Amino acid sequence: MKVILEFDRDRCKGCELCISVCPKQILALDKGSTNAKGYYPATVTDQDACIACASCARICPDSVISIYKE
Amino acid sequence: MTTVYRKTKGLQDTPLHYCPGCSHGIVHKLVGEVMEELGIIDTTIAVCPVGCAVFAGNYFACDTIEAAHGRAPAVATGIKRTHPDQPVFTYQGDGDLASIGAAEIVHAAMRGEKFTTIFINNAIYGMTGGQMAPTTLIGQRATTAPLGRTKDLHGEPIRMAEMLSTMGGLVYAERVCVADVPNIIKAKKAIKKAFEKQMNNEGFTFVEVLCACPTNWGMTTLDANRWVKEEMAAYYPLGVIKEV
Repeated sequence: MKVILEFDRDRCKGCELCISVCPKQILALDKGSTNAKGYYPATVTDQDACIACASCARICPDSVISIYKE
Repeated sequence: MTTVYRKTKGLQDTPLHYCPGCSHGIVHKLVGEVMEELGIIDTTIAVCPVGCAVFAGNYFACDTIEAAHGRAPAVATGIKRTHPDQPVFTYQGDGDLASIGAAEIVHAAMRGEKFTTIFINNAIYGMTGGQMAPTTLIGQRATTAPLGRTKDLHGEPIRMAEMLSTMGGLVYAERVCVADVPNIIKAKKAIKKAFEKQMNNEGFTFVEVLCACPTNWGMTTLDANRWVKEEMAAYYPLGVIKEV
């Protein structure tokens, strides 16, 4: 089963709460570019390691993250 | 493809204006998820406060109305009495509820008005720029208490959930926080229970949420959430304060 993490990139404010709660530590800020708001948005570094626990999505104040399984 | 988590239908798609890491967004989401799970998005009426959450009407997917500063419980009383079959809730911060609106909330609890109040306690005035609130902790710095709040000069912070629990009309009061994932799940259960008790016509229900204000506390988002759990929860104990 494959886990798909989707980030609504332009809603993200780079608060790093999702990064702090990820048990697999596979989230990070994308320092390569800024989003429409001017923040470094959160992104996933190793999607295959995701266990779909949804901790990141639950703590995100801006509903940036959606998680699907297929 | 199965959905594990997606944005709740209880919120509109409008991007939130809150600062990075502000707990308001998390609580908005929990209220939206509870409304979605109970199937009451189309019938609920929210009463919005004055404070950072003054634009909450742009975010909740239910009907909303804006009240004068602190008067959300009075407005909600009128709405609930004319629409007794529809869920009604107020969403208020500590400046709105514990300071200028202290009279309204006390008397709504006394009368046992059958609506729910979500109380956002972040121990500071957010929108106006970090002034001391009635809930500011002893020793905590604010722009109007630059050396920190003192007991002699300012008194001790007010515990709203405990104070309102002395009222006979209040049937459920719980204090929760949203500083980590287990507490977020507990907070959602508390909000859901409050709505269910309201819909059973049991009486006034109150959920106090300890929230982080990283901007006005001058902390990183992670330090702010740690401060909620270590300092705020020490003075404002988490858990059910009253349940009838």
